[in-house]
Amino acid sequence: MKYAIIVYESENDFQRRGDEDATVKEAYWGAFSAYYGALTEAGVIAGGHGLQGPDTATIVELKDGERSVQDGPYADSKEQLGGFFIVDVPDLDTALDWAAKAPTASTGKVEVRPLLEM
Amino acid sequence: MQEVERVARESYGRLLAFLTTRTGDVIEAEEALSDAFAAALKSWPENGTPRNPEAWLLSVARRKRVDEIRRQQRRSALFDTLPVELDNVVELESSNAFPEHRLSLMFVCAHPAIDPGLRAPLILNTILGLSAERIASAFLVKPSAMGQRLVRGKRKIRDARIRFSIPEPEELPERLDAVLEAIYAGYGVAWENVWDQDAFAHSLAEEAIWLVRILVEQMPEQPEPRGLLALMLYCESRKAARRGRDGEFIPLYEQDTSLWSRPLIDQAETELATAAEMGRHGRFQLEASIQSAHTARIHTGLVDWETIATLYEGLAQVAPTIGVLVGRASTLAKARSPTFALEELDRLPSQSVINYQPYWALRFHLLKELGHIGEAENARQRAIGLTEDPNIRSHLLRS
Repeated sequence: MKYAIIVYESENDFQRRGDEDATVKEAYWGAFSAYYGALTEAGVIAGGHGLQGPDTATIVELKDGERSVQDGPYADSKEQLGGFFIVDVPDLDTALDWAAKAPTASTGKVEVRPLLEM
Repeated sequence: MQEVERVARESYGRLLAFLTTRTGDVIEAEEALSDAFAAALKSWPENGTPRNPEAWLLSVARRKRVDEIRRQQRRSALFDTLPVELDNVVELESSNAFPEHRLSLMFVCAHPAIDPGLRAPLILNTILGLSAERIASAFLVKPSAMGQRLVRGKRKIRDARIRFSIPEPEELPERLDAVLEAIYAGYGVAWENVWDQDAFAHSLAEEAIWLVRILVEQMPEQPEPRGLLALMLYCESRKAARRGRDGEFIPLYEQDTSLWSRPLIDQAETELATAAEMGRHGRFQLEASIQSAHTARIHTGLVDWETIATLYEGLAQVAPTIGVLVGRASTLAKARSPTFALEELDRLPSQSVINYQPYWALRFHLLKELGHIGEAENARQRAIGLTEDPNIRSHLLRS
């Protein structure tokens, strides 16, 4: 069964991605790279991608027959979508185990959802 | 309100066990009991707390049950042939004690017919009244799924008519092991996954200790519950010492012994000594003995690795879990050599260690000590990727 592990990051997490202090920045990327490595070694990774920060987002909407384009991410919340991993695991419990290991689970939030079977 | 909460906290499990023993139906007993608590929330603040709150709750719960059965029987046209007795209720209201059945309920929850993964959740839910949400969070399970699993377990107990009794002597050791293992699983969840000391105090650890105290009180002649209690108390005594200033993990042998709690250690030593006098060894006594051997460092300043390694050999014989085998390897690194320990690690089946973080953390330290830089780096990456604990993660990232 495939699940999306959807990583929501705090403002501070996004900030750490490009922090001036190299150790802070490296800790962020090092943790994600090790996490991805563990998913790969376990043979459960089936896709995924990181996303650039919410300030790079653009919203498009066709409303009442008119185009509307806006700057910024869709949801106005403390945590913002930072990326997602697709894992192929036997059950939700296993997916939750992996989700808890996501490096920003302690600073943001991680959502787990089964993929639609196509 | 507070009074009702206090009674719920102290007596929920005893009341539920008492109500369930007769019928074998946990779900029905829970419903009756929750009706009774709802009635108490209404009545007690107005009319004052009854002299014997437990008896009050029991009689309300049983009355509700009788009402329910009457309703059902009316429906099924069996009116007036009630096989239900209202006995004991009056008697209970006047006496302070009601029979203790929590032990039977624990044995039922940890019955071989119940999925091992569900035993600890069932015990926590029925004996301590912990909610499915709280249990789900601790065990990292979707709350709605945990709720369904608990119901499924309770249906199984009812439908398979699992017997509410203390097992016969010949079965007892094995059945008791299952109960102890379930409680230890609850404790382990907190020990491994709750790193903040304040949060730890409110975690399942405390609940698990409460449970094992019930067992010790109810089965004073059994050594293993005391062994488990001692083990937990040793762990508790080191709560303040197990993490450094940055939250990094500090191995037992490097902990600052002045941060250990002497009163808890004394309690643990007493329990372990009492268990040992009974002359029947077991897994939990061995685990507690390993902890006890580490405690000697308070007096001698030295760790007796030889003794600890011998105890680990015994433990690996009776309980060769992956945690024990990795623990034994880390002991052998001290008692023999890092090379010897690494060979031990290499012998473990790769499937069982692939996602086991402590294995990779130990492997990293051993390889680093032996100067195998490339392999050590590989193990370090795995240890970082597999941890849930932000402090361990950042500590390993800096290593």
